[in-house]
Amino acid sequence: MAPTVAVIDYGIGNLRSAEKALQRVGADASLTSSPDEIATADAVVLPGVGNFGRCMQALHEADLADAALAAAASSRPFLGICVGMQMLFEASEESPDQPGLGVLPGQVRLLPDTVKRPQMQWNPVKSLTAHPVVDSIDGEWMYFVHSYAVLDTAAAIATCDYGGPVVAVAGRDNVLATQFHPEKSGRPGLGLLRAFVEHIPAVTGSQA
Amino acid sequence: MKSVRIIPCLDVDKGRVVKGVNFVDIRDAGDPVELAARYDAQGADEVIFLDITASNERRNTTVEMARRAAEELFIPFTVGGGVRSVEDARKLLRVGADKVGVNTAAVERPAVLAEIAAEFGDQCVVVAIDAKRGDTTPSGFEVYVHGGRTPTGIDAVDWAIQATTNGAGEVLLTSMDGDGTRAGYDNELTASIADNVGVPVIASGGVGTLDHLVDGVLDGHADAVLAASIFHFGEHTVGEAKAHMAQAGITVRP
Repeated sequence: MAPTVAVIDYGIGNLRSAEKALQRVGADASLTSSPDEIATADAVVLPGVGNFGRCMQALHEADLADAALAAAASSRPFLGICVGMQMLFEASEESPDQPGLGVLPGQVRLLPDTVKRPQMQWNPVKSLTAHPVVDSIDGEWMYFVHSYAVLDTAAAIATCDYGGPVVAVAGRDNVLATQFHPEKSGRPGLGLLRAFVEHIPAVTGSQA
Repeated sequence: MKSVRIIPCLDVDKGRVVKGVNFVDIRDAGDPVELAARYDAQGADEVIFLDITASNERRNTTVEMARRAAEELFIPFTVGGGVRSVEDARKLLRVGADKVGVNTAAVERPAVLAEIAAEFGDQCVVVAIDAKRGDTTPSGFEVYVHGGRTPTGIDAVDWAIQATTNGAGEVLLTSMDGDGTRAGYDNELTASIADNVGVPVIASGGVGTLDHLVDGVLDGHADAVLAASIFHFGEHTVGEAKAHMAQAGITVRP
């Protein structure tokens, strides 16, 4: 049986792509704004695009911040994408008044003014440390769209270079977060999602 | 590192590709989604759909196309044409488009850019500018609207700066002098805007050879290069274009 993946739907931008890409790699993925579904899914994905403060606000207004925090604190695989990654950190320079979820240590900073903002391009990622899901994309090109990023964190797993090192993947324990959009990064992006889905522990009783 | 994107563009009328497309072994050469998937497989970095439908049923057809594109494409895609409001943008983004292109509506009411950006972020707002050489404006480049039919008297460089400081996260810049000529981009136009805005600029209009793509980056300082006919007519694949650019020393995704 395919693992269930709850893609948290809090009314922000293009969430459909993440759902479609997860389905493509074999997950039983669906957009949901139900805390119960988020609490019971085998894995949880927090997407996000646009403004950090607006995303945090929308997550709170949809009453889903607690559900996201609980999922990240569980042992179930959890993936944050783009602003969904940024929201897992403590705060962002983009919206200083709106704290992040604080699941991962560090701050989200404005990209340096020596480069065009947003970074809107493909960029190869470089692994800093071995990780079962991330290993397969070391050196692969991924699609980035962002003006803010985590530049330094103890939770860094992979970086890309854009006016200096930018954290491309971060995580700890069950939590993984990508600054790029795996659902928009063609074959290697789908490869990362496939690895994420394949590492979802088999649900009790689902195996013959 | 900075890399340059190659973006095939499909003109779509009532849900069908206009301008002939000459791929072998394609089931339906008029289906924009199938063609876009072909470009995805060739290594296109993004795809742009420009809806040129002049009728009122445009919106539903285009939203439906975007929905299908989101099921088939796993690279970013932009839908432009007929986007006039936050609601128009919402419909397209909601079904899976990554960005919306706004042209005439933004010239008529610049605030629409900031309104869409406030709702969804400026990374999904592309201001599409059609510019033509002339002596009516300070830079020598004038903005045209309504599919290039109506001169506005607005300076193209001024407009690009205004639009990108008020909500647009990217500029799709089409030279009307170059469009259809296959004589190359207007690199002076591209550079005069790329050098003066802080966001990425896509060069468009006039590509006839792979060298033109190189010139658009080296002389025009474009962050991305758009082409239609050289890909549609099967003269070159996206892969060949990338190999040619890499040979010229431009960083592209392999």
